[in-house]
Amino acid sequence: MTAAVINGKQPAIEARNVTRILPETVPVTLVKDIDLAIFPGDFMAITGPSGSGKSSLLYLLGLLDLPTTGEVFINGRPTHDMDEAERAAVRLGTLGFVFQFHFLLEEFTLLGNTMVPMRQLGRFKGAAMRERAEYLLEALGLADHMHKRPDQLSGGQRQRVAVARALANDPPVLLADEPTGSLDSKSSEQVFQILSDIAGRDDRAVVAVTHDLDMAERMDRRVRLIDGRIVADTVQTDTMQAAEPA
Amino acid sequence: MTLLFDIAWTHIRGRLRQTIVSIIGVMLGVGFSIAMAGLMQGSQDDFVATLIDALPHVLITDEVRIPPRQPATRIYDAVAISGLQPRDDRRGILNPTAVTAGLRVWVPGTFSASLSGQGVIRYSGKEQGIALTGIDPKAELAVSSIEDDIRQGSFEALTATANGIVIGDTLADNLGAELGDTFSVTSASGVLKQFKIVGLFHTGISVSDNGVGFVNLKSAQILLERPNAINQIKVRLNDVNTADIVAARIEAETGYKSVAWEEANEGLLEAFKIRNTIMYTVVGAILLVAGFGIFNIVSTIVHEKARDIAILKSLGFRQHTVMQIFVLEGLSIGVLGSLAGSVLGYSLCWLLASIKFEIKGGPAEITHLPIAYEPVHYAIAIAFALASAGIAAFMPARAAARLNPVDIIRGAT
Ligand SMILES: Nc1ncnc2c1ncn2[C@@H]1O[C@H](COP(=O)(O)OP(=O)(O)OP(=O)(O)O)[C@@H](O)[C@H]1O
Ligand SMILES: [Mg+2]
Repeated sequence: MTAAVINGKQPAIEARNVTRILPETVPVTLVKDIDLAIFPGDFMAITGPSGSGKSSLLYLLGLLDLPTTGEVFINGRPTHDMDEAERAAVRLGTLGFVFQFHFLLEEFTLLGNTMVPMRQLGRFKGAAMRERAEYLLEALGLADHMHKRPDQLSGGQRQRVAVARALANDPPVLLADEPTGSLDSKSSEQVFQILSDIAGRDDRAVVAVTHDLDMAERMDRRVRLIDGRIVADTVQTDTMQAAEPA
Repeated sequence: MTLLFDIAWTHIRGRLRQTIVSIIGVMLGVGFSIAMAGLMQGSQDDFVATLIDALPHVLITDEVRIPPRQPATRIYDAVAISGLQPRDDRRGILNPTAVTAGLRVWVPGTFSASLSGQGVIRYSGKEQGIALTGIDPKAELAVSSIEDDIRQGSFEALTATANGIVIGDTLADNLGAELGDTFSVTSASGVLKQFKIVGLFHTGISVSDNGVGFVNLKSAQILLERPNAINQIKVRLNDVNTADIVAARIEAETGYKSVAWEEANEGLLEAFKIRNTIMYTVVGAILLVAGFGIFNIVSTIVHEKARDIAILKSLGFRQHTVMQIFVLEGLSIGVLGSLAGSVLGYSLCWLLASIKFEIKGGPAEITHLPIAYEPVHYAIAIAFALASAGIAAFMPARAAARLNPVDIIRGAT
């Protein structure tokens, strides 16, 4: 059923028959019967019209929300019987989030923001932690701004800090919800390039929800949602060929 | 943990003025409670010290609380006795030498046996009743503070003067008698004896100053026709805190009523307890108000920082950790307020203690308010402040921990 059959690899995240219904007076179905496997190294776009359930799916894949029925596996591990603390631990160590609006801690410097997940997890400590944060910010073109606070930056710069922070604990999966949705085209392109670079490296999977169909075209795999259901899951085998002549 | 402190600090810094007001609230609560406790404890200690100094720690009298068992009940298990006339014993502690010797073996302290009775003084045509207490001067001085009240002559002079008497200065004034004068005392049974004034005291208690006299035990026994008898033993203990235990054991062993100073002043000590309860209620109320301040500020911060909470939770902070951040904020206010309050409390105590009072009536004497510096007062006030801060912060912190990050992230989009 899932892409696992095609690929033969262990999925980083796998949704099996996931449905999420909000228990309102008139129940709202956010996503329905989702079967989706995200593999290490995937660079995947989730597209679809507004209100089709893209964000909802991302929250479910990122353990921020719980399915009404169905199961989500992280690295083959079932998550439905995890408690709140265990799911938090998985988010901290295995998943990185980037949202449409940067969501930084306003009172912390860029360096401080980038180090928050590392300080909480403890995988990187002391000087190594600081070096890693500096390295990430430098790699994202923020070397001159490390000691500034988010309100001194442009939208594109802030979004890059959010990416640095999402990568802080070196998670195998990065989940982004319209990471370029609030940026101008130049910043958009920068952030897209960064995500594209990340996806290629160390078998890290990057999943990005996007409205921008051109952008989606440039990604390796596209999942299209309509009314909470997956209607298409295309693996773009000709990315390289398409990219080379350009 | 330092991360949580850092985050908590940024929240507090954003609400600095309100935070300072909350800290001041806690400070006032803690400070005033410490000062109040110090003042109340101080006056209580001072009072009790005076009491302990002036009164025997245990007073053994010739009363018997449990009537002696009749010979018939001692021999037969169950008997009903009717028409029985108890033997009309003369009151007094029988066999005083044996009793005191028995006590001396195990009671850690000093004793003074005495015999009291009534008499009438006749002097230069005046008659005046007097309560006579016959004592051994040395033994009495070891258990009482009468020496401090001597104004003329001395108490010890009784030892050298077999027919000496020490009376209150008011009584002497009333009689028109002076130190060295001699007067006669007649007992109820008509025995008459001459006494020479060897000392005058002033206790400030008019009943004593106007109607009490101390004589040698032997003289009292002769005057009252009770040779070898005593009716009271005063005990002064090395450790005053053992008084009730010692009193109970003395009563059990001798059968004579023994009253510890606590029992004798039960009503007074009870009043202190009520006073302390009122005090801690007031202090509790102040700190409760301070608690509301903390509740208010932490609630405000939780509301303001909902976005931060969503960020932290999406990054993988668990509920418990998020809660810790906000409890930490409340506790920080509590800790800072407690520290400032301790300083304030200490300063207030110091200030109160430095105020001088002139006491009228006695010899011109300058005294200070008695203040107790008890670490336990600080501990109680701080514990109460921290508990109230913790509880006040806990409620909004729990609400913060339960915030659903998805709701907030959606709301921002
Ligand atoms: N709390 C909620 N209560 C009611 N309906 C909701 C709630 N959250 C989401 N929905 C609805 O669920 C559907 C899916 O929402 P979702 O945000 O996942 O869509 P989306 O594809 O991300 O849309 P967009 O492109 O606008 O971000 C939408 O129709 C939305 O209105
Ligand atoms: Mg969305």
